[in-house]
Amino acid sequence: MLRDITIGQYYPSDSVLHKLDPRVKLMGTLVYVLSLFFFRGAAGFAAVTLGLAGMIHLSKVPFRYMVKGLKSIAVILVLTGMFNLFLTPGEPLASFGIFKITEEGLKSAAFMVVRLTYLILGSSVLTLTTTPNRLTDGLEKALRPLNRIGVPVHEISMIMSIALRFIPILVEETDKIMKAQLARGADFESGNLIKKAKAMVPLLVPLFVSAFRRANDLALAMEARCYNGGAGRTKMKPLKYEKRDGAAYLLLAVYFAGVIALRAWLR
Amino acid sequence: MSIILDKVDYVYSKGTAYEKKALNQISLKIEDGELIGVIGHTGSGKSTLIQHLNGLLRADSGGIYYNGRDIYEEDYDRKELRSKVGLVFQYPEHQLFETTVFADVCFGPKNLGLSRKESELRAFGALRGVGLPEEYWYRSPFELSGGQKRRAAIAGVLAMKPEVLILDEPTAGLDPLGRDEILHQIVSMHQELNMTILLVSHSMEDVAEYVNRILVMNQGSILLDGAPREVFRYRRELEEAGLSVPQVTELMQELRDRGIPVSPEVTTRKEAKEAILQAFSRNRQG
Repeated sequence: MLRDITIGQYYPSDSVLHKLDPRVKLMGTLVYVLSLFFFRGAAGFAAVTLGLAGMIHLSKVPFRYMVKGLKSIAVILVLTGMFNLFLTPGEPLASFGIFKITEEGLKSAAFMVVRLTYLILGSSVLTLTTTPNRLTDGLEKALRPLNRIGVPVHEISMIMSIALRFIPILVEETDKIMKAQLARGADFESGNLIKKAKAMVPLLVPLFVSAFRRANDLALAMEARCYNGGAGRTKMKPLKYEKRDGAAYLLLAVYFAGVIALRAWLR
Repeated sequence: MSIILDKVDYVYSKGTAYEKKALNQISLKIEDGELIGVIGHTGSGKSTLIQHLNGLLRADSGGIYYNGRDIYEEDYDRKELRSKVGLVFQYPEHQLFETTVFADVCFGPKNLGLSRKESELRAFGALRGVGLPEEYWYRSPFELSGGQKRRAAIAGVLAMKPEVLILDEPTAGLDPLGRDEILHQIVSMHQELNMTILLVSHSMEDVAEYVNRILVMNQGSILLDGAPREVFRYRRELEEAGLSVPQVTELMQELRDRGIPVSPEVTTRKEAKEAILQAFSRNRQG
């Protein structure tokens, strides 16, 4: 039922992307997201699409599995599209009562939906190819300079990795609770909005109780192993750049320069 | 009145790296009034199997027939099926949510569309049926002990008056005393309410004494199916499936290996005692 949620999940495989240093992938994702806001025109769009397609291909994660992750944000996509479609002023193409579709609206709707979709797909490549542990290590090391100005980098990355780690656990738990209540005749689908919201109570109460219990247990387990934050902590497998990481950085620079150049050239 | 499974297949997360075949060509017939133990190692498919029986999971292929009707038919009322085949999951924490135990047990009957009065009557009967002392009825379910929570959870399903009751690992996490109490309660419910009961467990020891039929699951298939004494004959096959025969059965076999003529087909402690006494009195006479 709920197993379709793939946001933030890791997908095991042995691709080049899986082996890359997490810092490269973090940087890559940042550059990719920036390029999504920079690109212009059909040529820029083609470049970004090519970049994304290339990464998805390299990651060896089935494309269908990735698209599944989009399902959960379908509502946001549709809403964004609608707002842009109907509420952008300009030359009207067609009108229904107070709503009118303008050429500009059509363009910006398509643009926004594509941009959001690419954003989600691109960032899911990062989480799908990187285990939460590696991701945290990468983030911690990449942000280490901020430590000097008092940013608790280690704590932030620890919180992030725990959050990521708990997504699948809570999803599975929700699935189990849902089944247990369905077995008692609960109905999560029919009825109006108020009825549906009420039907969520038997689902949410056990979920919250268990989330708190888990958080408690985890805190206790960490404390029992003398966890006291980042100070003086060493790593068993410290991150080290390799040749392919350098190549990846180079490729990334070429990609970004290309998108910027296309933008400047099309102006 | 029966449940029939015809070549049921089920695969988790089809088409991904996590793909796992959970059920493999399961065919099975469950008659009315049976008390069945479903046994298997962790991951053998027993939990997946029972979730098919009340329609929570849909088989990838094969058919399931409840009282002669195909539950996958378009117009089959699967919500009603869930009330007829009651399923109690392993963790009571997954279903208890109301402010009091009593209100929680009322949840099921209310969902069936029964009146408040009728629901409360059912809850009353169900809580009595599982033997939860009245002093706990109006407490928060989260304050109860493990064994009491489990009773409350069973009552929550029992209140729907199912024809078939399936219990997933009802003894997990209980101490030996709590375990025996729950199992005795289940057996007496089986006799008094004349229900079909399926008892899922990973431990032979737990169910051997109580059930009259055992289904052994291994890697998504049914390995053995029969009366306890028949199943326990396949000691090696059971061990290969990561299961052990009950300690009494093992003891009997050891005794036989040492030349003491006891019956090997002994599954309960009581039978074992009699068999040993008999063997020794025969020895003394001879």
